[in-house]
Amino acid sequence: MLKRTDYLTRTYGKPEGWKLAAYEREYGGYQVAKRLLTTMSREQVVDEAKKANIRGRGGAGFPMGVKWSFMPKVVGAKPHYLVVNADEGEPGTHKDRTLMELNPHAVVEGCIIACYAIGAHVAYIYVRDELHLSKTRLWGAISEAKARGFLGKAPFGKDWEVEVYVHSGAGAYICGEETSMLNSIEGRRGEPRMKPPFPANAGAFGCPTTVNNLETIASVPAAFGLGCDEWSKLSALHTIGDGGVRLYGINGHVKKPGVVELAVGPTFNELIHDIGGGVLGDKAIMCVIPGGSSTPVLRPSETVNAPDPKSPMHPHHGKSVFDVPLGVETMRQCGTMLGTCCVTVIAEGTDPVWCMQNLMQFYGHESCGQCTPCREGSAWLHLVCTKLLDGEATKEELDSLHDIANGIMGNTICAFGEGTAMPALAFLQKFRPEFEAYVKGARKRADAKLTVEPWS
Amino acid sequence: MPFALSPERERELQQILERYPTKMAATLPLLHLCQEQNGWISDEVIEFVSQRLDVSTAHVQGVVTFYTLYNRKPVGKHQVWVCRTLPCALRGGYDVLAYCEKKLGVHAGETTPDGKITLRTAECLASCGTGPMMQVDKDYHENLTRERVDAILAKLSE
Ligand code: FES
Repeated sequence: MLKRTDYLTRTYGKPEGWKLAAYEREYGGYQVAKRLLTTMSREQVVDEAKKANIRGRGGAGFPMGVKWSFMPKVVGAKPHYLVVNADEGEPGTHKDRTLMELNPHAVVEGCIIACYAIGAHVAYIYVRDELHLSKTRLWGAISEAKARGFLGKAPFGKDWEVEVYVHSGAGAYICGEETSMLNSIEGRRGEPRMKPPFPANAGAFGCPTTVNNLETIASVPAAFGLGCDEWSKLSALHTIGDGGVRLYGINGHVKKPGVVELAVGPTFNELIHDIGGGVLGDKAIMCVIPGGSSTPVLRPSETVNAPDPKSPMHPHHGKSVFDVPLGVETMRQCGTMLGTCCVTVIAEGTDPVWCMQNLMQFYGHESCGQCTPCREGSAWLHLVCTKLLDGEATKEELDSLHDIANGIMGNTICAFGEGTAMPALAFLQKFRPEFEAYVKGARKRADAKLTVEPWS
Repeated sequence: MPFALSPERERELQQILERYPTKMAATLPLLHLCQEQNGWISDEVIEFVSQRLDVSTAHVQGVVTFYTLYNRKPVGKHQVWVCRTLPCALRGGYDVLAYCEKKLGVHAGETTPDGKITLRTAECLASCGTGPMMQVDKDYHENLTRERVDAILAKLSE
């Protein structure tokens, strides 16, 4: 049975758990930031942070401490910035919102520590506009912290000014991509930038910038509170550099969807059964989307193939991918990505072609339009999938989906292209008979289902 | 008539400007302020933002058309956004949308004849664990049933 932890979620469900009083009661309230700022040098904080092995919680899984160390050691003429990514828009992802609503002080304390570590005096928390309650709670936490002198000219008496601001998006999924987020903060269209230069050299306003996911930042006080080494060891995967605890979301066809905090490394089967309460209608599972719609689907019949004893996956050789501990590396080895750790469960009997069509509509709508392969490709993927569903597509058109997706891969400025093409290719490869059935007229839209039980 | 912010929002704009090293950075927040007051982004609003922030109207226009939440046309008094993305769809998102369309007698993207409600579709609103869901103005309504949708819509048409 999976054991829930509460390093990030102790204030969840507590009366006014988002207020400073609750944060002080449950966590001691800003004691970690105080200790770090008053007793450690910036370099020490970065070195220590590396030991926590916090893999970025936004989806790419880059080690947080290493990212911090890319910032210039000495703050030169250009100021440094921290940008916190709370644009949570990846379909299937619903975890960061809970932190902002229920434990916003952990975010603010994390910002203070991160700003100090990377040499910044200003943090912008970029929240998607729709999350009004999240923004209100964050602003509330900021003003409470300011009133107590934890933020401002000299936090805890330390001569290191820190200001934290919330910046709203305006409805664009692409702004979750770090360079388009920077453009959006600067007041421009949220179009991704070419890299290099990387944000650590030229980010917000052309200045050195670190962009971290919101959960990553909220983990910082907890990791330092426990000791970064100890924190890393909470994880089942800490020996392969994937440390700590994190939030897991579960949604789709499970009996008890929601968000929980667990040590890194549960399996899909554990999440679905221990946390999700099993599949709706006790159905079999058709597939899962591991961590946001850009991560390729996995089916329960897939197994791990790692006969080489030297392979890090060898201990799992022959097992179902549903029994492999979820981690950044392990999921990569399974041919998908860990992503945001919010799993979408899809029961047997659901129409995979409709699932893909739904997702392609999303990508077609959200492509920023800068790169032709992505703008045109995502629109065509949606169009052809819709034709398929309507029974109007030919075999050639079905095959063209592969070409369109492959034509996007590697040909775009940002990862949106891969994020569209990879899940498309996975659906096409893993559900070929269902796609063909639409061409042959053996499947019809009228019979297709997405829900297990009719909605009522 | 040229657009102007209310004195209260004007004060808020001053606070916003202090947060950023450039005036241009206030483009998105200022557009939000204007839309809050005006309901939509008219040509006069674009002109106003351009003058206040010393940026071209072309820049403002580019920003407004890029982001879905800025309305380039007047909209209803209330915005009902039904999430249509997959995790919600797996729990009945499309049925919620169809039900709202039937009840309100409009298609997604349209406003009821009395001007009270604009029905719209939204992409994943980070509430997938509590789907199907919709956003009404600033509030989330989750785990929707027919009964709950009835109650929500009835309240809005009052
Ligand atoms: S899919 Fe509806 S909130 Fe995520």
